[in-house]
Amino acid sequence: MELKNLKKQSDYQWLIEPTGKMRVPIIIYSDETLIKEMDEKVREQAVNVAALPGIIKACCVMPDAHWGYGFPIGGVAAFDPNEGGVVSAGGVGFDISCGVRTLLTGLTIENIEPVKNKLADLLAHKIPAGVGSRGKLLLNQSEMDEMLVGGARWAVERGYGTSEDLTHIEEQGCAVGANPQYVSNEAKKRQRDEVGTLGSGNHYLEVQHITEIFDGKIAQTYGLQKGQITISIHCGSRGLGHQIATEFMKTMVTTAKEKGIELADRELAFAPIKSPVGEQYLGAMRAAINCALANRQVLTDLVRKALAGLLPKAELKLLYDVSHNTCKEEIHTVNGKQKRLFVHRKGATRAFGPGEPTLADEFRDIGQPVLIGGTMGTASYILAGTAESMSLSFGSSCHGAGRSMSRSQATKRWHGKDVVMNLAQKGILIRSPSFRGIAEEAPGAYKDVSAVVEAAHNANLSRKVAKLMPLVCIKG
Amino acid sequence: MKKTKWEHFPHQADIGIRGLGPTKEQAFEQAALALTAVITNINKVEPEKKVEITCQAPDDELLLLDWLNGLLYEMDTRKMLFSSFEVQLDKNTLNAVAWGQKIDIQKHQPTVEVKGATYTELSVRQDESGTWIAQCVVDV
Repeated sequence: MELKNLKKQSDYQWLIEPTGKMRVPIIIYSDETLIKEMDEKVREQAVNVAALPGIIKACCVMPDAHWGYGFPIGGVAAFDPNEGGVVSAGGVGFDISCGVRTLLTGLTIENIEPVKNKLADLLAHKIPAGVGSRGKLLLNQSEMDEMLVGGARWAVERGYGTSEDLTHIEEQGCAVGANPQYVSNEAKKRQRDEVGTLGSGNHYLEVQHITEIFDGKIAQTYGLQKGQITISIHCGSRGLGHQIATEFMKTMVTTAKEKGIELADRELAFAPIKSPVGEQYLGAMRAAINCALANRQVLTDLVRKALAGLLPKAELKLLYDVSHNTCKEEIHTVNGKQKRLFVHRKGATRAFGPGEPTLADEFRDIGQPVLIGGTMGTASYILAGTAESMSLSFGSSCHGAGRSMSRSQATKRWHGKDVVMNLAQKGILIRSPSFRGIAEEAPGAYKDVSAVVEAAHNANLSRKVAKLMPLVCIKG
Repeated sequence: MKKTKWEHFPHQADIGIRGLGPTKEQAFEQAALALTAVITNINKVEPEKKVEITCQAPDDELLLLDWLNGLLYEMDTRKMLFSSFEVQLDKNTLNAVAWGQKIDIQKHQPTVEVKGATYTELSVRQDESGTWIAQCVVDV
């Protein structure tokens, strides 16, 4: 993206004033280098978002933004239902509530190294991953509806975790307002045997070690120590979420056509929050959020059971679970007034800071953990939400590295076997059913996650707490 | 000379699929091959079992999306991959048959699940030579 059209507010905050149909400005939170690498499409898409009815304050762009579907990935926008605000299926995306959860293990790198190969094989065997994989659970119609209403709470009630887990998940593990009635039979059919599956693409399960602590005080409260082992899971709402997104995008596009609404981009089709389609989408989308939360909870249980045999000393505690493709109803202060807004975060992580009443007691004084995933060869980061982010970006931060190279370019440049061998030399073990999949996900095909995290930190969107490096990575 | 073929085109985060053919139907069939090729080597998928797909949409472009998303739904719920297609178009309705087989991880080494066919770069058109082109970006 060219810098000449941006008004520099600070080294990490850049403004695009409203022109044409834009109702609000665009604020880009990033540094010069990352902005120059951003596609011009990010700007075009942010301009379209800024023109949507009922948008409040600004369209915010995160440091890892790239070209998405309708919304830029790394886009945050809040809408007021009382000012004609809208909800957009494209603004949430295909993988509704895709997110990351990180588990503390109580183990150190010394515990892992002697059994690392066995651990990699064991996890690859126990965690259903990749195209065509099935979970162990087979849900009937009523169980499906219960799961879609209850989320991780449903999973815990079924024995897949503890009540302590639930306090360490956004919204205590359950999105309120989910309505399975608005989820099609096709979407439910796709999910029947997919609870407790990882998926594919950029999704993963990773065993990591903490290599650096940036903020000792917050790290202590989060339970993070240098040299300790964590396990992170990155996945979403599986086939159910994809089906809901596909169906509602079509409904929103065809409704717009019937009503003569001109769309800047079909992918940005929307419905007023206060409309039948808007309400139906919100009910279905929240059900998909619960599906993703249940999925990550069941996967957690699989990891706990797998480790119990090999590493009986392991005590897997959930640090936190964040979702980075959502639309959530939240209270925010705008111009001194409290407003109930619908905040879209597309490829952006909620990063609520200290003092937020909805956070669990232990995080209320320091902010929620913000979990940022890297690639299979690079670091992941744990950050903490800041008070500043509440006024800067509706309490949001970046979500990951973001691709810098297409999949076809990546497969031309690397062979999966070589990637596996090179990473093994660095002490990182990869397990995946597909070498081509590994080539497509090669670390070099992504942007530098450390630069993205640095920008999020310096822009005050969230504060760096710890750096994690991969030891074992299970890819779908 | 009108070509019948499929190809991929690059997209920063995902991948574009394109089908070309002398008729719109063939372009749709080739686009379906391009979709399978995102997931696996199409030459390894045997046409053992037949699945019928029907969809309706107000225009050609939405019909292409419905066709591709319909295939993704069948792949996901049947745990199958498809390698041979026969498409019939009648105004706003598509009737198609897809042949394929159950996913075999060892044999097919599936690379990636496709989450959905998208409106990005979505187009159904004829070029100057009369060749039909059916294309879009898919989210993986």
